[in-house]
Parts: sequence; structure tokens; C-alpha cells
Amino acid sequence: MPILETKKITKHFDGVYAIDGLSVGFEEGKITGLIGPNGSGKSTLINLLTGTFPFDKGSVVFSSSEEVKELLPYEVSDYGITRTFQDVRLFEQMPVIDNILVVLTKRNVVSSLFEKHKKFHLDKAEEVLKKVNLWEKRDELAVNLSYGQRKLLEIGRILAMSDGFGNNSNIFFFDEPFAGLFPEMRKIVIGVIEHLKQQGKTVVLVEHNIDIIRELCDHVIVLDNGKLLAEGTPDEALAKREVMDAYLGE
Amino acid sequence: MEYLIHIGILIGIYSILALSLNLTVGFTGLLSITQAAFYGIGAYVTAILLTSYGMNFFLSILVGMFISGVISFIIGFVLSRFDGDYFALGSFGFNIIVYSIFLNWQSLTRGPLGIPGISKPELFGLDFNENIVFLGLVTIFALLAYLLSEFIVNSSFGRVLKAIREDEKVIQVYGYNTLFYKLTIFVIGATFASIAGAFFASYITYVDPSSFALSESIFILAIIILGGLANNKGAVLGAFCLIILPELLRFVGFSSDIAAQMRQVTYGLILVLLMLYRPQGLLGEYKL
Repeated sequence: MPILETKKITKHFDGVYAIDGLSVGFEEGKITGLIGPNGSGKSTLINLLTGTFPFDKGSVVFSSSEEVKELLPYEVSDYGITRTFQDVRLFEQMPVIDNILVVLTKRNVVSSLFEKHKKFHLDKAEEVLKKVNLWEKRDELAVNLSYGQRKLLEIGRILAMSDGFGNNSNIFFFDEPFAGLFPEMRKIVIGVIEHLKQQGKTVVLVEHNIDIIRELCDHVIVLDNGKLLAEGTPDEALAKREVMDAYLGE
Repeated sequence: MEYLIHIGILIGIYSILALSLNLTVGFTGLLSITQAAFYGIGAYVTAILLTSYGMNFFLSILVGMFISGVISFIIGFVLSRFDGDYFALGSFGFNIIVYSIFLNWQSLTRGPLGIPGISKPELFGLDFNENIVFLGLVTIFALLAYLLSEFIVNSSFGRVLKAIREDEKVIQVYGYNTLFYKLTIFVIGATFASIAGAFFASYITYVDPSSFALSESIFILAIIILGGLANNKGAVLGAFCLIILPELLRFVGFSSDIAAQMRQVTYGLILVLLMLYRPQGLLGEYKL
């Protein structure tokens, strides 16, 4: 059963359709690869599904029951959605550990005013930072991290949104998480994604590296010009002639 | 000695103002140029209530905080529609409007004539007429403002404010409705500023619009930039430096014809040098 579906969702920028009447679904507990050539609408789709941009037409359906015509950015976590960004976006002038602690705490203004971080917050932050190999850097400002470390911190931040913290996210969007990473760091990210799958979480992975798509994904959705070009298992989808033509340029 | 006490009282009042603005600008990243407006509202409320209604000073502080709180909630809601430079320009406009009201609503504020004869505080028979006692009272309130600011910025709420400053869109995606956070801190900052205004009115015993012009907001902004954004100790240090500095320049020996202008030039020069070589201020954790 799809945990998240789009129904004829449309977004245009200055007359150009970035997403054009797209209807796709993401299966619960599966890793779905979202692929396509540059400009095909992959990141735009994530931005629409996380409220970063409003969509013009269509709707989004959660767990085949709740249909919404509008998603506000601060509401998406109520639907269990969280994400990373293609261009890493951290809270730059805050320490690494605060980048994690900030998503662990209460969402209510008054409650958060009287809340100090407690041992269980710190334990969770430690667990997450150790998972992404950044515990030693916990007191550094995020701005001082290397590119790869910044990517890992962003991944750590969304990892912190699961397991009863944050709004207990169960749909994770990763927007090109492997780009620019060293092999050791790639292994960490692969470990994180596999761990999420083991926990029954839904993962949507935007990625250009076909080997990683084949290795990790249960299902692949191929976009081109904001439309669905093909979908299926990685082998099925990637073998289609139209996919090779559009995506691989063959 | 009286001179030093006078300087101490001004440092106390400006520390409260700087702490209040630092919550909005330093910790939340909202470049607000409104603080003199709320400072003025607090001062005028105290002036009017004490001179026309004989109200107790401490009660007038509460009324001033309430009025500033309500106005700041409305203004903050309007300004929340703007980002970055537009927010600063909007707040700029609000300061000018409030200044114009002080100047032109003559039946209430007496316009440019101002309101004289404001009494010193009294509480349970204890009066604060002596400047040294008044200094003690201002220091207690400045300390309370400092402790409250520390409490706010070290809470989870404070961490969200810093995240809003860093990337509002991102923190929204993690489930925070940032409008409520921004409004809350804007209102808290405004109520702090109104307390400073009440002390100013009672200490000087006179208020007129010139004390709450746009230049005063810029002066308060300069204090926190000098002391260091997003650092409460920096806000107090900035107030100390910028109140002391013009006083020290009195002893530099400029000729009396140009002394006032030279003090301004020196003061401006120090700020420019600071921006060039230490843009985060003396103790700052964040730069604009």
C-alpha cells in the first residue's frame, strides 16, 4: 500500500512545467529510487512533497486515506515526512550537536520555552552523531565542517527525527546524499539507509549513481520533463528503451 | 561620585535595551530597528500615568509592558510577512510612525514640549529619590533582564530561535511554525524595552520625542553589534562601552568648538574599525 501518493500534481515556474500532472506512489517500508536526467523534476517533486514550494494543481494522499490540496512546510513533519537537501542546508553558526538537538525537542512555543535538553536528548544526539561519525566534532560550528561531514550531519539530523523523537518521521527523502562523498562516507550513508529500511521506514532516494540505485532500491521511478517515464524494479525500469534514451542519452 | 552613578544608571538602562534587541536581532536574526519605539512607549506610559494619574511607578511598568506587548504583537504579525532587508525597512517605518505620534498627538504627549515632572519610584514607603538607590533598582532590573535572556536562549525555544536565524525554511520542514517563535521573541523584546523606557522617564523626570527617534534605535543596534550579537554578556559589554566611550572622549582635549563633533567622528571610526576587523563584535557568536 502506498504510504504517500501524488495525484496529477503540477508545478510550473514562469510557464515551464517542472512537474506536469504527475501521479506516483511510494510504498511503505520500501526504498524508492527517484531518477531522471538533470531538470527532470526530481528535486522539485521532493520540494513539493515537503512544502518547500506550493504545488499549483493536484493533491497528495497519505496512507490512501487523507488527501490534501496544500502542504505547508511546518505541517509536513506531522505527516511523518522529513528530508535532506540537494545543496546541504545546516544551521551553520550553531555547534554540530545543536544541529541535532534542535530537531529533538518540543514543537510548542510555550513548552519549548521551559524545556532544557535532558539526558535522553543528549543520548539520542550522541547515538546519531556516532552513527554518522561526527561525535568527535560535536562542539565544532557546522560551518567549519568539510563538505562530506556537512552531508553526514544533515543525514544525522533527519535520522534524529525517528524513534519517537521530533515528530517520529517515517518517510525519509534523501536528495543526492552520495554526491561528493568519499567511499568511507558513502558506506556510512548506505548503512543509515539500510538501517531505516530495517526499521520499516519509507525511503525516497534521488540519486544519479545507477550502481547505488541497483544496490539499494526496491523500486525505481523515472522522471523526464516533470512526467513519469517509467517505473518498476531497478532492473525492469532501467532496461526500458525510453529510460536509456532519456536518462542515459543512448 | 554622582557623575559615576549617573553613568551607571545609563549603563543599566541601555543594558536592558541591548539585551532586548539582542533577542530579536542576535538570536533570531530579525534585523529590527524598532527598539526606540517600544522604549518610548514604556517611557510615555510611565510619564503619563505618573504625572496625570498618580499611579505607582511599578504598576506603570506593568501597564507599559502590556501596551508594548499588544502593539508589538500586531506590528510583529505585520512584519512577519517580510524577510531580511524588507523586515528591517518595515521596522524602520514603524519607528518613524511611533516617533511621529509622540510628536503630534499633543493632547496626550504634549508634543515637542514633552512631559516634565515625572516622579521617582516608590514602593511600600521606600523611595528611590537618591540616585545611588535608583542605581541599585536599575541594576536589579538589568540583572533580571540578563537572567531572563539567558533562560530564554538556553532553552529549547532559544535553540529554535537560532535555527530560524540560520535557515528559517529548513527549521520549518522539521515541524516548527516559525511565525509563533518570531512573534513571541519580538513581543518579549518589546516588553523589555518598555521597562527600560519607564526607568529612563523616571530617572530623567522628563520625556520628549527626541529621545526616541530613529537614531536611538540605531544606537541600540550599534551597542549589540559592538558587544557581540547572540551573546548576552556582549550586549551588556556593548552598553558599557558605548556609554563610557563618549564620556572618555570628553577628556581627550578636543577644543570646545569641535568637541561634540569629534566625539561623534571618533565613535563612528571605532565602529567602522570594529566592523572591518571583528565583525562579530567583542564577544559575538554571530555576524550579520
